[in-house]
Amino acid sequence: MKYEAVIGLEIHSELKTKTKIFCGCATTFGAEQNTHVCPVCLGLPGVLPVINKRVVEFAIRAGLALNCTINKFSKFDRKNYYYPDLPKNFQTSQYDLPIAEKGYVDIDVDGQKKRIRITRIHMEEDAGKLVHSGNTIKDSATSNVDYNRTGVPLIEIVSEPDMATPQEARVYMEKVKSILEYIDVSNCRMEEGNLRADLNVSLRPVGTTALGTKAEMKNINSFKAVEDALAYEIQRQQEVLEDGGHLVQETRTWDPDKGITLSMRTKEAAHDYRYMPEPDLVPIVTTDEEIAAYRKALPELPDARRQRLETEDGLSSYDAGIITGSRELAEYFDAAIVDGADAKLTANWMMGDLAKNLNAEGKTIQDSPVDAKRLGQMIMLISKGTISSKIAKKVFVEMWTSPDAPEKIVKDKGLVQITDTKAIEGIVDAVIAANPKPVADYKGGNTKAIGALVGQVMKQSKGKANPGVVNQLLKAKLDT
Amino acid sequence: MVMDGESMKVTKKDVEDVAVLSRLAIPEEEKEQYTEQLNAFLEYVDNLSAVPTDDIKPTAHVLQLSNVFREDVVKPSLGRELALSNAPLKEDGYFKVPKILED
Repeated sequence: MKYEAVIGLEIHSELKTKTKIFCGCATTFGAEQNTHVCPVCLGLPGVLPVINKRVVEFAIRAGLALNCTINKFSKFDRKNYYYPDLPKNFQTSQYDLPIAEKGYVDIDVDGQKKRIRITRIHMEEDAGKLVHSGNTIKDSATSNVDYNRTGVPLIEIVSEPDMATPQEARVYMEKVKSILEYIDVSNCRMEEGNLRADLNVSLRPVGTTALGTKAEMKNINSFKAVEDALAYEIQRQQEVLEDGGHLVQETRTWDPDKGITLSMRTKEAAHDYRYMPEPDLVPIVTTDEEIAAYRKALPELPDARRQRLETEDGLSSYDAGIITGSRELAEYFDAAIVDGADAKLTANWMMGDLAKNLNAEGKTIQDSPVDAKRLGQMIMLISKGTISSKIAKKVFVEMWTSPDAPEKIVKDKGLVQITDTKAIEGIVDAVIAANPKPVADYKGGNTKAIGALVGQVMKQSKGKANPGVVNQLLKAKLDT
Repeated sequence: MVMDGESMKVTKKDVEDVAVLSRLAIPEEEKEQYTEQLNAFLEYVDNLSAVPTDDIKPTAHVLQLSNVFREDVVKPSLGRELALSNAPLKEDGYFKVPKILED
């Protein structure tokens, strides 16, 4: 029997507010343990939470950017469970009236478009961090708890089970990350846990519609792990089914070092969160006017920006997709072409020499030693014919370690392209005289032989001769 | 729970399940007693079923208030010593807790 995978994601994203969701404690990452805590986030008796206005604004912005309907009446609920990273013994979350629902994201996998539906987006508080005394939670006699992260605001974005491959899941998560970056509601630093996903996956025979028994893998915090964990789990479930076994619904952990998933089942009874309305927080009411104002204030989103780069700047769909895939790249591109640099050439340089150099030094585009303005200036020098593309590579290397403008580097290093016909003519004559064989070949009808002569002239001019002029001169002299 | 005509009936198993979720150790001999008491509560509350509520929206909150917000401004936290002062167990500035998952 052939099986197909059914995948749904719950993406948790920490919002970039200064303070926690229900109290004034700072959210800064990396502080000393238990220094960003207060009676509210520690769940001490008698305290009253008050929601941070920015959290609601960010959640609504995310809802609109992900094509959701905003619920004009939204409320909080308590999700009850016992776990020591949760000092109150319940998580303040949203159950039946989340801030946003029924949205979608369009993804593009190998040129195929697919719409992934979003079930809901709700606001909730993050939990604390556990440090186990042993290697794993199970072999630790005690654990230590740091509550700094407790109460950091989260939005949880729940998708429909609309993905069929690990690659689709990865592309979907990349797209969500990119949208959250564009609307500036999360830092999305995955290594700091700003963005992490719970993966739900089950198999069913191809051609059937009923959902199979699913496994859930929690807190996956890299794109590679999303793809690897799903690929492993699909394979594992397929083997169980093919051997005639049956699957149990369970939570499994992904071990990235061993590349396997492991069952986390315990003697604990099945989940029963006993959701109840949160009596300490009043509902959130949002008017149509407010929603319209939030919508109007949204920046240009990745899909629209990609479209613009294709139609207005003439980039290929592939190039436009890569450049708009991250807000930083897209902004670099816009800043590079703003003074008139050729768009296609700029895209080529960004994805060529710039990307190569950044990768080699493990730098991001924000830390690029060559800023957008100077790259744009250099590209304009190429278009004007001041330097050739070949010389530009030298200028680029110079710019990488020098703060100088490209014009200054070209002048200081004597890299200006020679377009003066007289200066080039002398070299052309010398090359024709010194290379009788290609000259004879060319005259004998092998027009390609001119390439060798152009190469010689370029070499003798140290790359500074304008190749167009060289070609013209050679042809003029040889054809007569 | 068992449906008995119009109303629900709490079983001994429900009492055991709720006790586990609430981390309560209920002696075997008291389980019958709690089952009866819970059923008595529910029967009493069941009087509300007689009130017609078809046209009434569910109550989200007893107060007629909405949109009580706080500005995103940092306030001083407790300080670690104070935060940990009531903790039964602590270690290196952390709250220390016993074994979390059973084997």
